[in-house]
Amino acid sequence: MKQVFSKPVSLKDVQTHFCPGCHHGSIHRLVAEAMDSFGIADKTIGCASVGCSVFLYGYFNIDVVESPHGRAPAVATGVKRARPDRIVFTYQGDGDLAAIGTSEIIHAANRGEKITVIFVNNTTYGMTGGQMAPTTMPGQKTSTSPNGRDVANDGKPFKMAELLSNLDGVAYSARVALNSPRNVLQAKKIIKNAFQYQVEGKGFAFIEALAACPTNWGMNPLAANERVGSEMIPYFPLGVFKNNENL
Amino acid sequence: MTALKRKFVKGNEAVAMAAIEAGVQCYFGYPITPQSDIPEYLSRELPKTGGTFIQVESEIGAINMVLGASACGVRAMTSSSGPGISLKQEGISYMAGSELPGVIVDIMRSGPGLGGIDASQADYHQATKGGGHGGYRIIVLAPNSGQEMYDLTMLAFDLSDQYRMPAMVLADSVLGQMKESIVPNPRPKVDLPAKDWAVRGTGGGQQNVVKSLYLGDGEMEKFHWKMHARYQELADKESRWETFATDDAELIVTAFGCTSRIARTAIEMARAEGIKVGLMRPITLFPFPKKAYADLSSRCKKWLTIELSTGQMVDDVRLAVARDAEVEFYGRPPGAGSLPTPEELFTQIKKFC
Repeated sequence: MKQVFSKPVSLKDVQTHFCPGCHHGSIHRLVAEAMDSFGIADKTIGCASVGCSVFLYGYFNIDVVESPHGRAPAVATGVKRARPDRIVFTYQGDGDLAAIGTSEIIHAANRGEKITVIFVNNTTYGMTGGQMAPTTMPGQKTSTSPNGRDVANDGKPFKMAELLSNLDGVAYSARVALNSPRNVLQAKKIIKNAFQYQVEGKGFAFIEALAACPTNWGMNPLAANERVGSEMIPYFPLGVFKNNENL
Repeated sequence: MTALKRKFVKGNEAVAMAAIEAGVQCYFGYPITPQSDIPEYLSRELPKTGGTFIQVESEIGAINMVLGASACGVRAMTSSSGPGISLKQEGISYMAGSELPGVIVDIMRSGPGLGGIDASQADYHQATKGGGHGGYRIIVLAPNSGQEMYDLTMLAFDLSDQYRMPAMVLADSVLGQMKESIVPNPRPKVDLPAKDWAVRGTGGGQQNVVKSLYLGDGEMEKFHWKMHARYQELADKESRWETFATDDAELIVTAFGCTSRIARTAIEMARAEGIKVGLMRPITLFPFPKKAYADLSSRCKKWLTIELSTGQMVDDVRLAVARDAEVEFYGRPPGAGSLPTPEELFTQIKKFC
């Protein structure tokens, strides 16, 4: 029988620990497809972060450095400066990148480090059990905002793709979602672009991927997927916010 | 062979010169007195050798860049002082957990908090007992001269690579700022193990992962015992110390770093008056040269530990000699005007003789 579908070669043929309906698996796949399309898996070094994304090395067929919480952009800077001919990316969640690691991401972006950052925004801390994240939506109930996020107390969610697009060092900044076939296909194109920037040595590329976390949202996978479209996208608009090929 | 030219440099500059001679490829740091001569020198000189210098947004960022570069198998370093070294402890713990080499230079200033910029030895515990979380040790070398600032920095790189653990050069603002004549010795030839654990991005064959997360049954415990054995091996093979006039000594003064230089002058004053006193100076603070202390204490029953603190190393001295000898302590907690004079230490020596 003719094989019409297979796993990207950059991914291992293993089961993941991700919950049913979680979008990490889809994002892993798109990142791996981008690597396959450039044939770069054999020259790529991944920087894992802390949270559900820590097991990067369990799923990708690449060398990986595990970073302390939030520090992946600094670790990736060390890796890229030591091995400038390698493709280097970080894969971070919202608590990791937009809370404890705010300083590291802003400065790596501002230096224009030639790395690719995959930022998974699911509006909560997944691994630790659904606490309030810097991207938690106004009014969203979490285990540490039991009455809903109160913007008077906690401020409003960070819009990282827009924020980073304002820095001169950033070559590419975009937000994607995985909640529909159309958005997945668009995300695939944009994630590929983000790696192309690095393959061509053009500079810092940032992808924010809106993702469902059914377990911590207390929803079934279908309802969680629908929430991405009905609540998240209106607040976190999809699109390319920076596309500077002249860097 | 042409004679090596002497250089008259600050201790901090000697550290930076040695790092380049040792083949450091990446330096990541942040300004803080009294160590800023190190990043200043390397910002000027390291790029000339093809190396990378980044002035980072924080000491946290800097140590994590060291982690990343070191994970690639290159020689990487950072330097700082008290408040900055505290920030680096997170990264040092991760490096220890990931069995990564890397050199950290701590030019101690007084504390706690912002403290001041005067010479201090009050970060002894932080340096030698594992300053971060989780239970680990790093190699700690304590120079007492410009020459040793140079030589021990090179040694730190070699030991760090050999034993796959971070190494710290622990000095103070006197050693960092004082200018002395040094001979910039060439890098010693050492057979070091290949870094076949490093991430290479070469795919295809074996996947290399640098990590400190151990979730499997028994994995973490196994890691701790493995490192425990490595620390023991370090103690057996790499303990370093220097003695002066200890053969017939009835009192042995023990001190490290700049304090050992002042103590030596005081001991020479005492010897001139016929007082039988000697000096034991640990050069490796981790591993602490316990056996050398124990051997000396079998002959000499009176000890005096001198530190620029209210007493930290004295705990290790007491553990090492307690069976045989009594240990007195004289300390000057760090701060402006607290550096003891040789006469002051001579008075203490007479008091305990």
